[in-house]
Amino acid sequence: MNEVTKIDGIGSSVRRTEDKKFLTGKGRYTDDINRPGQVQAYFLRSDVAHAEIKSIDTKAAQSAPGVVGVFTGADIAVDKVGGPICGWVVPCRDGSSTKEPPHPLLAQGKVRFVGDAVAVVVAETMEQAKSAAELIDVDYNELTPVVDFVNADKGAQIHEEVPNNCYFDWELGDEGATNKAIERAAKVVKLSVRNNRLVPNAMEPRSALAEYDSLDESYTLHTTSQNPHLTRLVLAAFMFAIPESKLRVIAPDVGGGFGSKIYVYIEEAVCVWASKKIGRPVKWTADRTQAFLTDCHGRDHVNDVQLALDENNKIIGLRVDTVCNLGAYLSAFSVVVPTILHGTLLSGQYDIPAIYTNVKGMATNTVNVDAYRGAGRPEATYLLERTMETAAKEVGMDPAEFRRINFIPKDAFPYQTQVALQYDIGDYEPHLDKAMEMIDYSNFEKRRAEAAKRGMYRGIGMSSYIEACGLAPSAVVGALGGRVGQWESASVRVNPTGTISVFTGSHSHGQGHATTFAQIVADKLGIPMENVEVIHGDTDKTPFGMGSYGSRSLASGGSAISKAVDKIINKSKKIAAHLLEASEDDIDFKDGKFVVGGTDKEKAFGEIALAAYVPHNYPLETLEPGLEENAFYDPTNFVFPSGTHIAEVEIDPATGVVEVVDWAACDDFGNLVNPMIVEGQVHGGIAQGIGQALLEDAHYDENGQLLTASYMDYCMPRADDLPSFKVGYTNTPCTHNDLGVKGCGEAGAIASPPALINAVIDALSPLGVTDMSMPATPQKVWKAIQESQSVAAE
Amino acid sequence: MGEISLKLNGKLETKDVADNTLLIDFIREHVGLTGTHVGCDTSQCGACVIHLDGVSVKACTMLAKQAEGSEIVTIEGLADGDELHPMQQAFHENHGLQCGFCTPGMVMSAVEMVTKNKNISEDEIRKGLEGNICRCTGYHNIVQSVKAGAAKMGG
Repeated sequence: MNEVTKIDGIGSSVRRTEDKKFLTGKGRYTDDINRPGQVQAYFLRSDVAHAEIKSIDTKAAQSAPGVVGVFTGADIAVDKVGGPICGWVVPCRDGSSTKEPPHPLLAQGKVRFVGDAVAVVVAETMEQAKSAAELIDVDYNELTPVVDFVNADKGAQIHEEVPNNCYFDWELGDEGATNKAIERAAKVVKLSVRNNRLVPNAMEPRSALAEYDSLDESYTLHTTSQNPHLTRLVLAAFMFAIPESKLRVIAPDVGGGFGSKIYVYIEEAVCVWASKKIGRPVKWTADRTQAFLTDCHGRDHVNDVQLALDENNKIIGLRVDTVCNLGAYLSAFSVVVPTILHGTLLSGQYDIPAIYTNVKGMATNTVNVDAYRGAGRPEATYLLERTMETAAKEVGMDPAEFRRINFIPKDAFPYQTQVALQYDIGDYEPHLDKAMEMIDYSNFEKRRAEAAKRGMYRGIGMSSYIEACGLAPSAVVGALGGRVGQWESASVRVNPTGTISVFTGSHSHGQGHATTFAQIVADKLGIPMENVEVIHGDTDKTPFGMGSYGSRSLASGGSAISKAVDKIINKSKKIAAHLLEASEDDIDFKDGKFVVGGTDKEKAFGEIALAAYVPHNYPLETLEPGLEENAFYDPTNFVFPSGTHIAEVEIDPATGVVEVVDWAACDDFGNLVNPMIVEGQVHGGIAQGIGQALLEDAHYDENGQLLTASYMDYCMPRADDLPSFKVGYTNTPCTHNDLGVKGCGEAGAIASPPALINAVIDALSPLGVTDMSMPATPQKVWKAIQESQSVAAE
Repeated sequence: MGEISLKLNGKLETKDVADNTLLIDFIREHVGLTGTHVGCDTSQCGACVIHLDGVSVKACTMLAKQAEGSEIVTIEGLADGDELHPMQQAFHENHGLQCGFCTPGMVMSAVEMVTKNKNISEDEIRKGLEGNICRCTGYHNIVQSVKAGAAKMGG
């Protein structure tokens, strides 16, 4: 038993148990599922960004071949089906609350972005549905589109309920103290940055398959969701006004999420609605263009930063004024991402005595903007770490040393920031030191000189990030405007033969929960991992859970499992005490065995399980039979992973192409359950960050047309765009969960963009370049080189 | 409509399908093998890569009719019974997959690449996978997997 624990347990890079089905083509994603009698839904979408709908004529479509139904917003209105809701709101500076306009499932009276659904055609085949949709005649009265979010307040009003196109104008921190710090500073470093708009691009496009059972008046929805229980709650309680028990939501294998599959989208709701209306299962699967047009996008901020330094280059204040684009409608977490998940991270790893931030969230005629890997924290880290590097260069310090003198000292934890959070633990110098060692920082100038001989510009840049994840203490969430709890649940069922079924409220869409969670249980119970099965993603099977996002699955979901296993062990001790005729206090549990302390009397875990289900010799008068426990875990604080990433680049002045030649990531995620899986998460996060920094940009033209709506136009990172990565760790275990774990899912995407842009600027610094916006495309870089040379020539 | 016959993973499949049926739809919808995926509409992502007469092709970009009489291998046909193909095994051992959606296409591309070039270099692997997009792994472990798979395949 000991040996098995060592192989399978916490800290081992166990190969994933879920791999085989994916490697042999047996994964079961929503679009792989078909139901008898199923019909296909196709959404007719607005091709204009902002318009009143004068009329919709669906007559010709209704009688087209194969069509079983054509519906518009009017049909939805008759049935009084509600639209998606906003899950978190914030107060405004003027005392009002966030403005929440309605979001109808199908447009009613107005369209507000290119891709807004105007009608749905349901037909025997997708081809018939598409052909029929072409016969629908929509007469639009076009209005001036609002695309430039910075000046959206001056544009045409998009929603009656949202004056000046401003959903909210929120603030955090002490404005007076911060402005005073800026006034008395020896130096104020100013920087304006843009956080480019991104499309999450999970490789599996969204899909939904809804079925209505008229016998018991219930629905089953298969859907691409990161949180099936939340989807069920929103659909049942807020959209259809039916009991949750009448809706089963199954999120089977899901091909990546990155935030984009958190929310309930209109297509899922329309399929549910239409399945009853038509009386047949209704399926919809997005093609990639629809995904670009209608999946929630991410980021899209501009930030004005002022960093105040004293005469010793210590930070004495930070002010950040942000305007962000939230798009045409408020999505579930649109509001919290640029406010609570952004403003509260502005202290970074630094001891900053005064911070103030103001964030204005604007409506535009573009698709909704919501969480994308990192969600608010990449934006905070980008502006802060760009500013730190700029400040270091302006005061003539090495960027590493400048960070070092401003780090929160390791003996200052728990550390209360000026922006609401209390960091429980951290130690920042070790990961800075280790990352520098991993990339051989001290010899960088030699490499720069060597590259220069080849006519190349070489640069190095770093980023020391922090994130708050493991969402989250429910009471804190509530106090900050959240409308949901943020606990997680688990149910651990010991079967009579001693095998275990773990039912988790978390959802895995690539993170490897079937492996990691089984490792936790196997380790704690001292049993082989193959005896543990992890079940997720089905509201009829799993306890109510909040799902997976915000790097919360292990810290919150894993902690719930750990807690349920503790309950199993406690009950097992009682059973063992009875069987061994000893006092419960004398029973020790170790390596899968219950032992009477100081004796050789013992019972294996399997024997206890059998006794619980065959209770012939069992304390039935004081203890229920069976061995199954539930746990709900509500964290007492966020968890705070941190780390330093260092990027090294080479730029070819002839082409402007930035090549990432080396990458060192040193992260503190607390204890690691499966280092192999953690490393994979880090790699993926860095790749997405490099994508943001060098390649990706969702671009709307002035008419509100998305110009980057396919992989031909939106530049995804590919294998030959990226290097291999060096990944290392430090460890300050989280103080407030039993496993001592933090989160690792988003760290790479948070840390990497500023490190990379800092490296690009550093490479071009001999030319006098001091700024570079994302994405640093070859054209942009080449232009910066040309302009600097023409300035030099003058 | 017209009848199309082809060999799919060693088994003759004859289906009466519309003339404009794409090969990917023939495989997924008409035969019901759903291991091959559709991730884009523009022949960019490579989730649909299969082998047609030993050559890796994107099944979203050809008509089923064009595959008449050919021998096709999909991800479902790669393993030998319960024994994974060395490339599948290498992806497992090197954590070369996360959500699994791009994986079938990635493995099929890798197998063909390595079959053609047993001593494939890291640079050649990265360039060779240019037509397969993965959003989860950052490619690091995919490249390691292909290297390990190449070694297992006799490189």
